[in-house]
Amino acid sequence: MTVFWQLVLNGLMLGGLFAIISVGLTLIFGIIRLVNFAHGELLMVGMYATFLLTTQLGVHPYALAPPVVLLLFVVGVLIQRFILQPLLEARDHHVQIFATVGLSTALINLALLLFGADIHSTPAYGARTSLTLGPFRILTGHVVMFVAGILVVAGLHVFLQRTYLGRAIRATAQHRHAAQLMGIDINRIYIITFGIGAACVGLAATLVAPMYPVSPTVGTYFVLTAFVVVVLGGMGSLHGAFIGALIIGLVDSLSGYYIAPDLKEVVIFAIFILILLVRPTGLFGLGRGSE
Amino acid sequence: MLRLERVSAGYGRVTILHNISIEVNQGEVVTIVGANGAGKTTTLRTIAGLVRPTEGSITFDGKDIGRLPAHEVVDLGITLIPEGRQLFPHMTVRENLLMGAYTPRARGEVDQTLDFAFSLFPRVKEKLDQHAGSLSGGEQQMVAIARGLMAKPKLLLFDEPSLGLAPIIVKQVFETIDKIVATGVTVLIVEQNVFHTLSIADRGYVLENGEITMTDTGAALLKNDHVRRAYLGI
Repeated sequence: MTVFWQLVLNGLMLGGLFAIISVGLTLIFGIIRLVNFAHGELLMVGMYATFLLTTQLGVHPYALAPPVVLLLFVVGVLIQRFILQPLLEARDHHVQIFATVGLSTALINLALLLFGADIHSTPAYGARTSLTLGPFRILTGHVVMFVAGILVVAGLHVFLQRTYLGRAIRATAQHRHAAQLMGIDINRIYIITFGIGAACVGLAATLVAPMYPVSPTVGTYFVLTAFVVVVLGGMGSLHGAFIGALIIGLVDSLSGYYIAPDLKEVVIFAIFILILLVRPTGLFGLGRGSE
Repeated sequence: MLRLERVSAGYGRVTILHNISIEVNQGEVVTIVGANGAGKTTTLRTIAGLVRPTEGSITFDGKDIGRLPAHEVVDLGITLIPEGRQLFPHMTVRENLLMGAYTPRARGEVDQTLDFAFSLFPRVKEKLDQHAGSLSGGEQQMVAIARGLMAKPKLLLFDEPSLGLAPIIVKQVFETIDKIVATGVTVLIVEQNVFHTLSIADRGYVLENGEITMTDTGAALLKNDHVRRAYLGI
């Protein structure tokens, strides 16, 4: 039984990480109505930034959260403003989605060019040290991810519910024409939203870097899982993404032990297909805006 | 106050409005009447900045606004209350009203404007914490008008405020518009309910196939043979 509860604990901690990555994805989907296929590569950019700054400056990766979050916010703002926004005028909105696929490929190859295909490990600075909790053992870095996941989701929730800007973001998602009539500059809202989504990934990157080595394709694993989380939780739903992340974290941890480590992704994607068949709106699927 | 001069506009390659000229003076109630598809909604959307005019000019208080995006037009004091209410369905009534006061100009006076809106719509005050999507059509129209007032407009554009409402509610809507006019707000209203609208309008324009075919005082248009035959069925 101890093993089971240990696995549950591991799963919940991992869920915290998936939550941070997934809220960014679900926010961008829910507000801009855009599936961002470059999300994983933004994580990769953040992880390389953390790796470089930690090894060059000898700073703790966690201390790099503010600059890396800011960097990714700016990258997100630039992507929305100069790549995606010009495509808004395109006759077919799928053009935007293909642009993110192209961006993803471009970023992976840029990383290959700059850093090669080898993996690089960021110094852990104690993040891989385990804490003992009664019969259980748990990595410090995993606890940090879990706590950070809760704080990010709660913080975004308060921001969206209680501030003028947050309400304007929700209003834009619910009815973009009416939002314009309220005096909301919706292009600015999209830019800020993409920036916030990317900033979430930036935070995730500083938390993942000491735990997992970075390589040009590192984003694929995490973000494919995040897509499952987002679909499970309901695309566009923040608390859905959080609950979904915890569930997928548990599935990842339990199936890795009880079935086979190599098969856990099979289990996760089997769930993905099941949700699409049985309940395509996910657990907390948002009703669409009235457009 | 508002002047459209030889404005043409449309969507993509389709031109809806051909060379229309309309003028609205401070304190007036002006109406545009016309059949479905005549271009009434497009006219209001063009003024509000949602549709770019392809030709002609639009000036408001002497300022050229024809090229301004919608959110900047709102900040100048022009608010469109759109056809079909267009509330934010998953937000509460209170949040919808707060979004109405989004512009910096309106945000500072939210409390006073809310009190004013409640004085016109006491029912809205009882529904503040309900989701806008859960209200009846009449209640939603009241919220939509209240939300428009929250922007502290100098010129209110109404697009089909009576559409889809029961006759008794339609009467209430027009009474409310009367009260709003009494506070000094200028109103441009587009309606299929021609009789009610012409009765409260100082002047009216008749829009047919995207062209202005007639203009006169509201009372004169009500007596006009063509208007009576085509729009009042008399």
